[in-house]
Amino acid sequence: MRLINANKVSEIIKDALIKINYELDNSLVTMLKKAKDKERSTLSKSILDDILQNQEIAKSRKAPLCQDTGVAVIFVEHGLDVRIDGNLYEAINTGVRLAYDEGYLRKSVVKHPFNRENTKDNTPAIIHTKLVEGDKVTFKIASKGAGSENMSKVVMLTPADGIDGVKKLVLDTVFDAGGKPCPPIIVGIGIGGNFEKSAMLAKEAILRDLEDSSDDPLIRSLENELLAEINALGVGPMGVGGETTCLAVKINTFPMHIASLPVAINIQCHSARHLEVVL
Amino acid sequence: MINLTPPLNTADIKKLRAGDKVLITGTLFTARDQAHQRLVKEQNPAFSLDGAIIYYVGPTPARPGEIIGASGPTSSYRMDNLSVPLMERGVKMMIGKGDRSEAFQKAMIANNAVYMIATGGAGALLSSKIKSVKVIMYSDLGTEAVHALEVEAFPCFVAYDVHGNSIFKGGSIS
Repeated sequence: MRLINANKVSEIIKDALIKINYELDNSLVTMLKKAKDKERSTLSKSILDDILQNQEIAKSRKAPLCQDTGVAVIFVEHGLDVRIDGNLYEAINTGVRLAYDEGYLRKSVVKHPFNRENTKDNTPAIIHTKLVEGDKVTFKIASKGAGSENMSKVVMLTPADGIDGVKKLVLDTVFDAGGKPCPPIIVGIGIGGNFEKSAMLAKEAILRDLEDSSDDPLIRSLENELLAEINALGVGPMGVGGETTCLAVKINTFPMHIASLPVAINIQCHSARHLEVVL
Repeated sequence: MINLTPPLNTADIKKLRAGDKVLITGTLFTARDQAHQRLVKEQNPAFSLDGAIIYYVGPTPARPGEIIGASGPTSSYRMDNLSVPLMERGVKMMIGKGDRSEAFQKAMIANNAVYMIATGGAGALLSSKIKSVKVIMYSDLGTEAVHALEVEAFPCFVAYDVHGNSIFKGGSIS
C-alpha cells in the first residue's frame, strides 16, 4: 500500500490556498480580457479594467485578489490503494490554518450561527471525500467567497417542469442576484440526485476546467444555451448593465427519483479561485 | 469625473447622478454586518456621523511593512435596514456593491444621501488608494472593526442618486 505523509497534505493545501488567493488562472484572465473588449459602455469596460488591473497588482505584490478570501472547500478523491499516514481531516485543516496565517488571508469563519465568534484561523474547511480506484489522492482546493455563495439555491422542481423549468429557474436566479455575486460569474448547476446531492453536483461543477463542456450532448447544448440566455439578460459586470454577465455555465447531473427534478445553482464570482493537486 | 472630500453636504449629494464616476479623497469609516448592529445603538460614536462616508469592507490582514491588505467592497443589501437610522443621523454616503431594497432607496432619498459602488473583487487595486488606517471602534471585531481609512482618489460610481435613478440592470427589485 502506497503511503502519503500527512505533512505533505498540509503543505499542498497551504501552498494551493495561498497561490489561488494571489493569482487568477490564465484562462480566466484571457476570458476577462475578451469580455472587456466586447463591452460597449465606458462604465462596464471600466469595471472589467479594474478587475484586470487588480489581478496584475495582486500577482505582482503577492496580495490577495479580494478581501473575501473565503471558506476553504476541499474535494478529496481518495484512491483505494493509498493511505494517508495520519488524520486526513486534521492534515487539511492544518494546511488551511497555515495558509490563512502565513498568506495574510482573512479569517472569515465563525463558530456559531448566532454568537458569530470567529474561529480566528479560518478552520474548519468544508471537506468532501470520495473513494476511487487507484493509488493517488486528488485534492480539488477552493477558496469560496460569500458574496456569490449567498446568491446560490436548491429548488425541487417536478419532472414535468423539464428543461424549460430549469432554464427559467437559472435565469431568474441570475437576474435577481444582479450585481451582488460580483459578475461576470460562473454558474455551476447540479441537476438530479436528491436534495443534498444536487448541491454537491453544483459545487463540483464550478470547479471544472473553465474551458471544458459536458460530455452529454443534451447537457452540453443546455450549457451553451444558458450561457447565451444569461448574457442576454444584460446584467453585466457588477450589475451595471453590459454584454457579459456570465463567463461559463457548467452542469453536472446524476440519476434521480421518478418523482423528482432537484436543481441546485451555485454561483461563483469572477475571482474564481480553485486548483487541483494530485498526490 | 467628480472629486469629493468628506464631510459631505446635501448640495454635494444632489449634483450626483447614477453612473457618475467619483474619486474620494479624505476619510472613509468602515463598517459591515456586526459593526452596524452596534453602531445603530451607539449614543456617542468615535466619529461624527454628520456628512460621513461609510465603506462596507472587511480587509485582509496587512503584511509587515504594509498598512492594510485587500480592501474591496462587500455586498450592501445585508446592511439595508441598519443603514436607515445611520442616514437619519447624518451619514451621507455608503460605498458597497450590488443592489439594495426599495425601503433603503426611499430612506436614502428622504435623507439626501447617496449609494455608491466600488468594483467588487478589486481588493488589491482599491487598497492601493488607502494611505493610512486606524481602528477607532470595536477592535474586538477584528476585520469587522470600525477603521478610519484615509484615502486618495478612491474610485467609485454613483449607484442610486437622490433623483431616483439607478445604475443597475437586474437585481431582485429592479
